Amino acid sequence: MPAESNDLQYADIHRDVVRSIVETGRTYYITLATAAGITLVCFFFPWFYQLYYGIGAAGMNHPGVWGTYLASFIFWIGLSHSGTLLSCVLHLTNSPWRKAIYRSAEAMTLFSLMVAATMVMVHLGRPWFIHWTVPYPNQMELWPNFRSPLLFDVMAVTTYLTGSSLFIYMGTIPDFAAVRDRTTGWRNHMYSLLSLGWRGTDKEWHRLHWAYTFLAVLIIPLAVSVHSIVSWDFAMSIVPALHQTIFAPYFVVGAIYSGTAGIVTVMFVLRKSMNFGQYINASHFDNLGKLLLVLSLLWTYINVVELFTGWYSGTSTEYEALKYKLFGYYALMYWEMILFCAVLPLLCIFKRFRTSFLPMLILSIAINIGMYTERFLIIATSLSRQYLPDAWGLYVPSLVEISILIGSLALFVTMFLLFVKIFPSVSMYEVKETMDTPKAEPAAPPQGSPA
Amino acid sequence: MNFLERFAAGWRKNRKPGYYDEFDYHWSMTIDLDRCTGCEACVTACQAENNLPIVGEKAMAKGREVQWIRIERYWEGEYPDIKLRFIPMMCQQCDAAPCETVCPVSATYHNQDGLNTQIYNRCIGTRSCAVYCPYEVRYFNYNDHKWDSPLDQQLNPDVTVREKGVMEKCTFCIQRIRQAKDHAKDDGRRRVRDGEVQPACVQSCPTQALVFGDAKDPTSQVSKSMNDPRAYRVLDELNTAPSVVYLKKVEAKDNHAG
Repeated sequence: MPAESNDLQYADIHRDVVRSIVETGRTYYITLATAAGITLVCFFFPWFYQLYYGIGAAGMNHPGVWGTYLASFIFWIGLSHSGTLLSCVLHLTNSPWRKAIYRSAEAMTLFSLMVAATMVMVHLGRPWFIHWTVPYPNQMELWPNFRSPLLFDVMAVTTYLTGSSLFIYMGTIPDFAAVRDRTTGWRNHMYSLLSLGWRGTDKEWHRLHWAYTFLAVLIIPLAVSVHSIVSWDFAMSIVPALHQTIFAPYFVVGAIYSGTAGIVTVMFVLRKSMNFGQYINASHFDNLGKLLLVLSLLWTYINVVELFTGWYSGTSTEYEALKYKLFGYYALMYWEMILFCAVLPLLCIFKRFRTSFLPMLILSIAINIGMYTERFLIIATSLSRQYLPDAWGLYVPSLVEISILIGSLALFVTMFLLFVKIFPSVSMYEVKETMDTPKAEPAAPPQGSPA
Repeated sequence: MNFLERFAAGWRKNRKPGYYDEFDYHWSMTIDLDRCTGCEACVTACQAENNLPIVGEKAMAKGREVQWIRIERYWEGEYPDIKLRFIPMMCQQCDAAPCETVCPVSATYHNQDGLNTQIYNRCIGTRSCAVYCPYEVRYFNYNDHKWDSPLDQQLNPDVTVREKGVMEKCTFCIQRIRQAKDHAKDDGRRRVRDGEVQPACVQSCPTQALVFGDAKDPTSQVSKSMNDPRAYRVLDELNTAPSVVYLKKVEAKDNHAG
């Protein structure tokens, strides 16, 4: 990392990261309490009410049987994408700038996936039977339906969740050990357990790197498959405007797009709140800005293709769906999405824009608002205009749904806040790998192991 | 026969809807639009027979009514030259039903009578079947329903009362079919006779626009009616193979003929 040429020493990294775990200010507690409070009031209370009353608490109705819950599910799965995927790709391509950011990016993956799984529970009419979607031996001798894209979804998401939890945990073991050696009391006990007796021998390093690369190779196809499969929930139906072959790449690109924007947001917050200015700097924002630009162009292309296919099909139902999307009840949201996801990101062409922190933060939030809108529109506009005009309708989210949407954001923030106090949020050993070995002190070993 | 051929044969066999080589019956219905007056007697009969909830004004306004059979109304033309068309729409009992493939827990499946069945106990409420259905005839229970007295006294004991979070739809009055099959068995007959079983909507139709029966029996009334030159299936181009056949309304081309 070229920007690390300041006087950072190995010990400074330990000091900074352990400080971020051990020293907890009042601001942290206030933020945590606020986030947890909002989660409880805006997420869990309305959900409990909905469990008691039925899905009728949400705004769904006859043609619009799917709503914001499913949109949130896709959104959170999408947000989960860049974390681990980006981290894997950058690990395999040996990109040094990955090292300061990937831990928080992977945590983002994990927590978004958890929120996404929770959104499925919220979406279901009878969530207490969700285990029926898992193939397990039971006394009813019933299997789930293996032809269903929803079942593929359950498989893909659980596999992805398992894979990315292993990936983040495996990569953190040496750091757990480092924190273990610098803490006392219950923390010491906890990190002793978490570090699995890591001593930092050559053999251990060798095995860690092997396993880590293996998992990285494994997770890339998983990440691509997860969102392709989520798209099949829609594309395998025969609903006009959903029944399209472009949907799998569309969802994957959209997922990586919103995920990358999410990482920019999280990095900005980490940089400000934890004083990680030396580790997360302008060069990271520059690189992510370039990635955002490429992804936005890809996303725009796919959107144009989607419109073209609808027009080219020449059927009245596809025309109607297309017309409704562009000029119907939800048209304003559609054009807002185009503005946020296709037009604004073009600013990333300029290096000055990419390297300024605040504009990048605003852009990243705008992109994610736009991407949420996209997911909402995919569901709302298509379901409102299906084959039989008699069954056309309108879906508007209810207060409960909006509250749960806000609450799910707070749930994510709460989990992230807990994470930064348990996990070393910057990968210490990998940042050290990018630094010169210390020369000034005579006591330092000539080719010291980074641990 | 080598392995590949045997595999292909087995595969094709299992590709049949509902995994049955051949259906025992193929319950079908024809709806003669020339006879239909749009009186909605079928809608009412269905409501009474199948314990459909009375959702109330508010839910109705939100678009949460439950009507296993509904009369779709379409206006044709502009004001002076205007025509109103009806088409009763219910579950088409498709042989290649999109709703069956998407249910993750197989709560909806094809049985050996060629019926598209819904298992309320198994349903977890993903509502994806309603999205996949091109006819929009699947209805969801958005909350638990109450029957005000004395309506609670008229609930049909042969039919389940569905709880919140469960999808439901037209069953071709499967409880009556079951009863007819039981009677046939008690009488020592192998099959149900034509006309022995009628769903509530067919029974109540004053103009006898609806005909129900076994399409596997070439002599049945419904088979004859299906061979009518006016016969067509709704959204046939989607290849869902519906079991409900409509007979087109025929009109004189010239309005002033009389």
